[in-house]
Amino acid sequence: MHTVRSKFKMEPFVFHTINYLIMLFVVVVTLYPFLNTLAISFNSGVDTTRGGIYIWPREWTLKNYEAVFLTGKVYHAFWVSVARTVIGTVTSVFLTAMLAYTISRKEFMFRKPVTLIVLLTMYFSAGLIPSYFLIKDLNLLNTFLVYILFPGAGAGLISAFNMLVVRTYIHTLPESLVESAKMDGASDFKVFMSIILPLCAPVLATISLFVAVGQWNSWFDTFIFASSRQELSTLQYELMKMLSSTVNSNANPNLSSTAAKDTATMITPLSIRAAITIVASVPILVVYPFLQRHFVAGLQLGSVKE
Amino acid sequence: MSQHTVHKIDSAPQSARRTASFWSRMIRQRQLIFMSIPMVLYVLLFAYGPIWGWLMAFQNYKPGFSITNQTWVGFDQFRFLFMDEGFIRVLRNTIAMSFISLILGFVTAIGLALLMNEIKKTGIKRLIQTISYLPHFLSWVIVTGLVSMSLSTEGGIVNIVLMKLHIIDEPILWLGEGKYFWGIVGLTNVWKEVGWNTIIYLAAIASVDPSLYEAAEVDGAGRFRKIWNVTLPGIRPVIVILLIMNVGWILNGGGFDIQYFLGNGQVLDWSETIDIFVLKYGLRIGNYSLGVAAGIFKTVVSILLLYCANTIAKRLGEERLI
Repeated sequence: MHTVRSKFKMEPFVFHTINYLIMLFVVVVTLYPFLNTLAISFNSGVDTTRGGIYIWPREWTLKNYEAVFLTGKVYHAFWVSVARTVIGTVTSVFLTAMLAYTISRKEFMFRKPVTLIVLLTMYFSAGLIPSYFLIKDLNLLNTFLVYILFPGAGAGLISAFNMLVVRTYIHTLPESLVESAKMDGASDFKVFMSIILPLCAPVLATISLFVAVGQWNSWFDTFIFASSRQELSTLQYELMKMLSSTVNSNANPNLSSTAAKDTATMITPLSIRAAITIVASVPILVVYPFLQRHFVAGLQLGSVKE
Repeated sequence: MSQHTVHKIDSAPQSARRTASFWSRMIRQRQLIFMSIPMVLYVLLFAYGPIWGWLMAFQNYKPGFSITNQTWVGFDQFRFLFMDEGFIRVLRNTIAMSFISLILGFVTAIGLALLMNEIKKTGIKRLIQTISYLPHFLSWVIVTGLVSMSLSTEGGIVNIVLMKLHIIDEPILWLGEGKYFWGIVGLTNVWKEVGWNTIIYLAAIASVDPSLYEAAEVDGAGRFRKIWNVTLPGIRPVIVILLIMNVGWILNGGGFDIQYFLGNGQVLDWSETIDIFVLKYGLRIGNYSLGVAAGIFKTVVSILLLYCANTIAKRLGEERLI
């Protein structure tokens, strides 16, 4: 009896201790690189090259951030990123919701083909070079519009997944709402605008987050389609340009990333990069915890089959 | 023969009626049609429109002339592709990195979800979840930057920790040696997405019928038996669906950005994937035809793989995607 009871208590204790240790490991590994960058971004650049900065700055300074925002390039790129995120998200979410409404209507005669051609885009890609020629032929090279229209990773006007999420959400709404509105003579567009759209607010918040993250984080479209116009450069692209020079120096120790330090301003490429990294990630990191409930529900909706 | 004619005569008025109802339905549903038109046109133009460019793969495309004004070479580009040792290596890298990322990704996400599910304190669980989602929201530019910083030989945390633990004696140039590259890609993918991927598994675990656990408990099953015999079978449909979806992405090589940013001259033989090959041949070297051929190969094989995985799942009586 005694042994049975003590065994009963021992097992959960050991298990939970080990489990919490694993969770601690996950949390530390997840947060450390980010906290380290945060510390470096607030630490004097020249001091950082001495090493030993972990998660707390040794010589506090705001110089790195000043340098980021005072060089017109990065400051301008920040606003281009904001513009593409806002405009891209609003257009994409509205058009996605409208399409999702049409394919949620069982009576819609083109429901199947429309759903299929959008779904297939998850796997079908004509490839980079043909897409490049299309963008070129449409005279979209080096225009802001390419950021909204190019269907690259995460960006583009529509994602099949987002469409499915909204459609499945619409299916959970009571059908009688649409029916009674139609009985009163409301057209499909009216029903969509005045009934479906407001009721979809939670799911639209979710896909807005997905689209906004894709837009904000995109660098490839700038790189391929708009790299010859500095005024179209985005924050991620500016960061990418700095990064590709430092990664190669990490693989090749002869080219030290800290070689180009500017002792007068106490700023190094590494410290600037850290500051831009923080500027480029904080806007999203501040928002996502508040939307957690919504996007968890949204992901579940997306995984439900019709 | 006569039967056929009879059938034809019979169906004539019927099809006329059908076309009439087709047009009247179109008129009745004109608003739905108008509402779907913007996105349909967009998808047709931007996702499928570029198929036109596939013709380049069967030509020896020279810039400056229109696509209809080129020399046709049949399947020569494809033949060249598969004779090229470089492309075979690219293919090997792509498939290897996909498999490593796929398997590591599945095992870690399911494992983490099972462990998170055992945490009973909701506040702590939520906090851990929120933190674990964080890397998903960072861009690849940032993530690869953090990875290269952590793996650096000058104060990179990985080398510091391994040296403190006396596992290694001097810093390793992780990104300078090909043999580490695939593993780094796999682990970077895990770091970025493992938390995010638990969402779907946690939801599936939550929907497992609680009475099954009670029944298992009555049978004297312990914690691990319950996980093995109740939870895992309960989330099997979700695992299968996600596997099918991922099989279609095998030729993505576990992402484009990682290899593009972390790859460098010293690990080229291990880091180049199809996407990078296309970028290099197409936009940098200017051999468009070869780049397009590689792209076609990728898309066609992806769709075939998806189709096969789906069919196999259907045969086995598992959940399927389409």
